[in-house]
Amino acid sequence: MESVHHIKDEEIAVLLNDLLEQYGYDFTDYSFASVKRRLQRVYTTDRFPSFAEFRYRVKSDPVYLTYLMEQITVNVTEMFRDPGFFMTLRKSVLPVLATYPFIRIWHAGCSTGEEVYSMAILLQEMNLLHKAVIYATDINETVLERARKGIFPLAHMQQYSQNYQQSGGQRDFSEYYAANYEYAKFSEKLSTKIIFAAHNLVTDRSFNEFQLIVCRNTLIYFNKDLQDKVLHLFSDSLEQLGFLALGAKETLRFTTAAPLFKPVAQKEKIWRKIST
Amino acid sequence: MTSLPKLLVIGGSAGSLDVLLRLLPSLDNSWPLSMIIVLHRKNDSDSLLTELLASRTKLAVKEAEEKDVLMPGVIYITPSDYHLLIERDGSLTLDDSEKVNYSRPSIDVTFASAAEVFGDRLYCILLSGANMDGAEGLATARELGAFTAVQDPEEAEVSFMPRHALNSIAVDRVLTMQEMITFVKSLE
Repeated sequence: MESVHHIKDEEIAVLLNDLLEQYGYDFTDYSFASVKRRLQRVYTTDRFPSFAEFRYRVKSDPVYLTYLMEQITVNVTEMFRDPGFFMTLRKSVLPVLATYPFIRIWHAGCSTGEEVYSMAILLQEMNLLHKAVIYATDINETVLERARKGIFPLAHMQQYSQNYQQSGGQRDFSEYYAANYEYAKFSEKLSTKIIFAAHNLVTDRSFNEFQLIVCRNTLIYFNKDLQDKVLHLFSDSLEQLGFLALGAKETLRFTTAAPLFKPVAQKEKIWRKIST
Repeated sequence: MTSLPKLLVIGGSAGSLDVLLRLLPSLDNSWPLSMIIVLHRKNDSDSLLTELLASRTKLAVKEAEEKDVLMPGVIYITPSDYHLLIERDGSLTLDDSEKVNYSRPSIDVTFASAAEVFGDRLYCILLSGANMDGAEGLATARELGAFTAVQDPEEAEVSFMPRHALNSIAVDRVLTMQEMITFVKSLE
């Protein structure tokens, strides 16, 4: 096994400062261990002979920067991930939203969009899609471009279909996509009510008021200060009694935003906003 | 960093549960390190595993939660489907990025991350399994000053994982079950 250069903490700090000063991407309040691991991975995979050359490439090559951005942020997702969560949306959350004349949902950190399409399927099955709009945002344009297309590997459909059924889905999952060679393209009926747009949770502000905000497995990559800041942004972006849904291992415990929400489904990580 | 306790990370896959069930009862409640267990398994048995291990030891056992800070005398179980990383301040970060060696949690990931923070205050032990996970992390950890050991493949229920590590990298020790118990008990 070859020995590789371990990027030093100071070098990471230099690179993060470059990304901030030159490109306006602020990773300084991300989990340091996670960012470091991902930068180390890129550095090793791309076989840079020295940290200086790595830094030069990032500073001088915009195409490489785009690639790096995609590598730093985690873009692992699946449809109907954690079926119990989608079951709870179906049974407890969407019936409440159904009483509104118009439903606005913000899916923050949506990555390649698998969970957004899952949400659209739920809305369609509950006959709510026509009066709903889903704002699906991510920091990363490349993944949003993929999300807009609604094309996912066919090989994943068996797993997604299983998740869908476990989440209470009654239909034949293959109704929702057209299979073409090794890809599944999801029905455009679903995506007409989705607006995909770039939004950076670190620097951008609230842009609307929502009844439901979904942000799963994004906050785990932020340090405590940034978690607090983003949770306040979510609170400011929710209507009174609006729902907040986080990832399976995420919590409001120990955050300054905890008093702003009350839990409604503790295991499935769903809260409601209680004060402004 | 010196205020953090020393850390033992145990990584295991198929055939490792029995080793843990023999090791953990031997530790008394004054055992002064923090321990992290990274065990490959199916995705739905978290609380069961934590409860099972808790029932066999006097030490506190909990599933690792994000931002938990490592405490002495506590055993942290890495949740299924997440990698576990350690920050400079001894707090834990969960990470749902790509699988490593077909595994999430990956043993490599936690060994390497722990070594970045703990250096020579870290001990890593790799147990039984049918996977290549762990070897690369052990190598990184050793480079950064950690003490590294593997379960004796002759005794491991599934010898592939410890044997793969021994064949591909240098480790400090090979431990039989009895030696492992003695060694872990002696850590201070």
